Amino acid sequence: MQPRPIALKILDVVSIILLAVSAYLALVFAPTELVMGDVQRVFYFHIGTAWVGLLGFVLAAIAGIAYLATKNMMWDRFEVAAVEVSTVFFFITIALGSIWARPIWGTWWTWDPRLTTAAITELIYVAYFMLRQGIEEPEKRARFGAVYTLLGGLSAPITFMSIRLAQSRTIHPVVIGVQNAEAKGDFGMTPDMRVAFFFALFAFTVVFIDFMWHRLRLANMQEKAEQLKLKASM
Amino acid sequence: MFLQTTPDTSGYMIAGYVLSFLVIGIYVASIYIRNRNLKQDLETLQSLQAEKPKKK
Repeated sequence: MQPRPIALKILDVVSIILLAVSAYLALVFAPTELVMGDVQRVFYFHIGTAWVGLLGFVLAAIAGIAYLATKNMMWDRFEVAAVEVSTVFFFITIALGSIWARPIWGTWWTWDPRLTTAAITELIYVAYFMLRQGIEEPEKRARFGAVYTLLGGLSAPITFMSIRLAQSRTIHPVVIGVQNAEAKGDFGMTPDMRVAFFFALFAFTVVFIDFMWHRLRLANMQEKAEQLKLKASM
Repeated sequence: MFLQTTPDTSGYMIAGYVLSFLVIGIYVASIYIRNRNLKQDLETLQSLQAEKPKKK
C-alpha cells in the first residue's frame, strides 16, 4: 500500500481550484446570452465534460490496442479507468444537455442524431461494465474488454461528427466549425464567453487526469488484493 | 416593437450545476470508499500471509 504521492495531492488541490474558477467564469464572468438567458451557462460544463468523456473513450480504445499487442495487464487497468471516468463525465454531458433543451427546445429529450448517438455511446460503456463482470478469467476478460472498447471507441468520433454530417436532420447547435442553419439555440460566442469556454476545457482536462490517476491506483490495489487472495487460497 | 426580453431560465442553470457537482461528488466518494475498503482487505490479506509461515 503506497501512500498518495505528493504530486497527486497537488493535482487534487489544483483540480478543485480549477473547477471552482471554471464555475466562477461560467456563472459570473461570462455575459448572459440575451435570447436563452442563464440556462446558456450550462454550455461551458456541457462541452467540458463532453470533451473529456469522448477523450477517455478514445484513450480506452488505444489502451485496448496496446493490450492486444503486448498482453500487458497494465493496459487493461488503464482501459477500465478511462471508461469509468469518461462514463461519469459523459453522463453529466447528457444530463446538462437535457436540462438546457427543456426551455430552449421545449422538451427534455428528442431523438435528434446527436442525442441519439450520445445516448448509444453512454449505453455501450454501461454495458461494458456489466459484460466484464460476467467473465471470471482475467486474461479472457482483458481480451474481451480490449476488443469491446476498440469497437466502442468508434462511437466517439461518430457522436462528435453526427451534427456535422447530418446537418439537415439535426437541431443541435454546432459550436466548433460551420454553424447549422437548422439549429435551435445557436449563439455567437463573445470574447468573454470564449475565455470561460476554453478555461472549462482546460479545467476538465486536469480533473480528468486527476480522476484517472486515482482510478489507476485503485485498479493497482485491486490487482494486488487478487494476487494475495490467490496466494492465500494455495 | 423589436425589443425582446431575456427569459428567466436561471432555475435550469442552477439545476444543471447542482447536478454536475452532485455527480462529481458521488464519484469522488465512491473512489474514496472503494479505496478505504481495498486498504482494509489488503491489510487483512497481508496479516494472513504473515501468519502462514508461523503455523508451519
